[in-house]
Amino acid sequence: MQPILQRTDKGFYCPPGDFYIDPYKPVDRAIITHAHADHARSGHRHYLTAADGFALLKHRMLASAQITPLPYAQSTNYHGVRISLHPAGHVLGSAQVRIEHKGQIAVITGDYKVEPDQTCAPFEPLNCHLIVSESTFALPIYQWQPQSILFDQINRWWATNQDQGLASVLMAYSLGKAQRLLAGIDPTIGPIYCHSAIEPINQIYRDSGIDLPQTLRATDPQRARSLVLAPPSALASPWMSRFRPFSTAFASGWMAVRSKRNRPSVDTGFVLSDHADWNGLISSIKASGAQEVWLTHGYSTALARYLREIGLDAKSVDTRFRDESSSAGHDPAGNPPDSIIPELKPAGEQ
Amino acid sequence: MIHFARLYDTLDTSASTTASVDALVDYFQKASQSDSAWTIAFLIGRTPRQVISSRLLREWAAEEAAIPIWLFEESYQAVGDLAETVALLLPPPESRNLVDRPLSGWLENHLQVMAKMPEDQKKQALMQAWRSMTVAERFIWNKLLTGELRMKVSQKIVTQALNRLTGLDPSILAHRLLGEWVPTPFFFERLTHLESRETDLKQVYPFHSADILEDPVETLASPSNWSAEWKWDGIRSQLIHRNHQIHLWSNGDELITERFPEFQAVSEFLPEGTVIDGEILPWDFKSDQPMAFAELQKRIERKTITKKLLAEIPVLIMAYDLLEFQDIDIRHLPLIDRRAKLDSILQYQKGSRPIRFSQRLNFNSWADLGSLQSACRSQMAQGLMLKQIHSPYQVGGIRKAWRKWKVPPMTIDCVMTMAQPGSIGGQQATVYSDYTLAVWDKPGGSLVTVAKACTGLTDAEIKKIDAFVKKNTTERFGPVRAVKPVIVMRIEFDSIQHSPRHKSGIAIRSPRIIRICDDKSPEQAGTLSLLQQLPGIHSQNTILHQNQTSID
Ligand SMILES: [Zn+2]
Ligand SMILES: [Zn+2]
Repeated sequence: MQPILQRTDKGFYCPPGDFYIDPYKPVDRAIITHAHADHARSGHRHYLTAADGFALLKHRMLASAQITPLPYAQSTNYHGVRISLHPAGHVLGSAQVRIEHKGQIAVITGDYKVEPDQTCAPFEPLNCHLIVSESTFALPIYQWQPQSILFDQINRWWATNQDQGLASVLMAYSLGKAQRLLAGIDPTIGPIYCHSAIEPINQIYRDSGIDLPQTLRATDPQRARSLVLAPPSALASPWMSRFRPFSTAFASGWMAVRSKRNRPSVDTGFVLSDHADWNGLISSIKASGAQEVWLTHGYSTALARYLREIGLDAKSVDTRFRDESSSAGHDPAGNPPDSIIPELKPAGEQ
Repeated sequence: MIHFARLYDTLDTSASTTASVDALVDYFQKASQSDSAWTIAFLIGRTPRQVISSRLLREWAAEEAAIPIWLFEESYQAVGDLAETVALLLPPPESRNLVDRPLSGWLENHLQVMAKMPEDQKKQALMQAWRSMTVAERFIWNKLLTGELRMKVSQKIVTQALNRLTGLDPSILAHRLLGEWVPTPFFFERLTHLESRETDLKQVYPFHSADILEDPVETLASPSNWSAEWKWDGIRSQLIHRNHQIHLWSNGDELITERFPEFQAVSEFLPEGTVIDGEILPWDFKSDQPMAFAELQKRIERKTITKKLLAEIPVLIMAYDLLEFQDIDIRHLPLIDRRAKLDSILQYQKGSRPIRFSQRLNFNSWADLGSLQSACRSQMAQGLMLKQIHSPYQVGGIRKAWRKWKVPPMTIDCVMTMAQPGSIGGQQATVYSDYTLAVWDKPGGSLVTVAKACTGLTDAEIKKIDAFVKKNTTERFGPVRAVKPVIVMRIEFDSIQHSPRHKSGIAIRSPRIIRICDDKSPEQAGTLSLLQQLPGIHSQNTILHQNQTSID
């Protein structure tokens, strides 16, 4: 029997439906889970993506890209394969792809997190036979604290820097994390500046009805007491120097580990991730009821072994989500590529 | 431990010496002395010994986290540090502690206790501890368990921080960190407070002592060269006011500041850089007289100084001399000049006046002084202090420039009623050398205990009494034996006071046995009324010798 899903050198492929999910080489039909660069690449003939993520994908792709939006939970049909998209809770418009063919159901989660996020629809648990799950933070050392604690920490850090006459430079991925931070911090503490890689995305979020506080342009005055949101790649750039003196911080799940946090270029780390932590991964995979589990990103082999030991048919699947663009030299916190790729290449360049 | 964990983090990540020193100063300013002492031990590399092997730590952590050991190892590969791996992968704490529990408590009440436990108990204790800790606390805790708590600072940074904190020279601090020491609050206190700057602030001068006047007072030549004051029975002390702080030293070299909080208030009027030599006295402000010395002992011995105690036993300092004036050592100045300055300083005192100027007694001849001397008892004074008016305060020392003219001791004959084995050195436990002594409550009445004495007899005499006790025991109360009331002893003493605590209603201070009165029958011993007439009991000017005569 024809498998519902297989891994090819272009990415995950659905043979009966003849389409790819997040392919990394040009194809005819691509379903895109979300607009991060390791999932959304240029050069495909036709794109299908969640309606909430349409504007973001359009922003990142070439103007000529042919993109079809599909609202969450509505379905479409390619060659008898039923396709629907469901919130993944990762960034605005991020989707899990559910495909159904002859009673077989597969779910490709893309990147996801289970903690609520006021800038995107919450993760929706789905039942399936095969789940393709990300496993970026699939080690028990990664256990996230509630985000309210993290936002408290960030607010305090900002206020303390103000007392010492320092600007607060907070580095975060420009798509998703930056907007989640903006929506969660206390904007009454002071003015907020955003890097030019972030501001256009803020606008897209705002246009999509997400409430974000007012942000300033780098040319505006009053910098001393400000919070500056910038992608990690901007740290060494001349753009940053105008905010001196400043204290730097990086908001990422990788900040959980001291050796990652304690880099000379970064003063502070906030453990805030848009990916599921160890417990989040285990619980969502178990809740899907899937007997077969494919794992992509990060510590996939460890999670696969753990799941096999509790009776699931799990394997690590080699993908290229994290192979390309991996260039440690640009990475201030030494992160594995998945989390950092979106920042290292200008949008829509592939 | 969160406070310490934060310090550890800062030191671990800070690139500059200044930032490390800043962090340490800030830490020491906020931490308790116990925590500071432990922190210093860690900073200079004195880490407690390993309590748990890394193998057990791995196994127990994996068990507590409910993960297979291989997954623990995978995690360790990703983190690169055992203590941190364990801290991160354990389940979140069961509750969030709002109050930071001190580092020293974890060390002294948990780690040191666990070190002595058998393995299974140790495991339970460890898991219990983990469940109550945040990740940051667990990290430090695990480092302590494995004996691997190392802090990335040089000793130079530590001494620089302590220097900023105390003003002590870094080389002195470095020296004090050498050798054997235990991380206690006492150690930290000593490390940061004694000698040098802080010490100077508390520095006491050697007390000038007086020789006892044995020859007739007339041998002192011209009375005009001498001043006289009452000699009081209290605690000779120096009151020091420097750098906005009041310190009080006894002449036993004890810092007794905290025993007498009422003197803190004198910093309001006393100029900076003042040292006064005087006597702390328990004072009855109503009758304006000293209270019994025993009352003062309560102030010294009680663990806590309660408001009640302060109200019951108020004190003052009878100021004799001024040693430091406006930060300058003036001990070389003549006594009259020092006392003139002392008098003028004390003029600014208001309110309860806890410092009183010890008045110079007026006399023109030795005969005048002799009559003052016989009035000592009624003044509750022990005698007179005679000082040469031009004498310095023991600088180069004019011999016998100060003289103590003590009142001759009082005496009374008592009947020995009980005896017990001596507690002082040399005596065998079976030799009865401590005696309970009694007088008659009225002539022909019954005996009332008034004193216990054990000094003054020769070995031969003690042996004789011992034999008597063993043959004439009437009753036993543990080690104490009641004996037939036949032996009469004469005791002498310097003071006697009212004491409701005693059945007799009086207390005799440090009685000494002068002799055994073989020539006296017990009926010839003294009476209670005789003692009650002695000066010090009532402030009547009773003449001792009359009493002695009647006793004899
Ligand atoms: Zn992503
Ligand atoms: Zn991804």
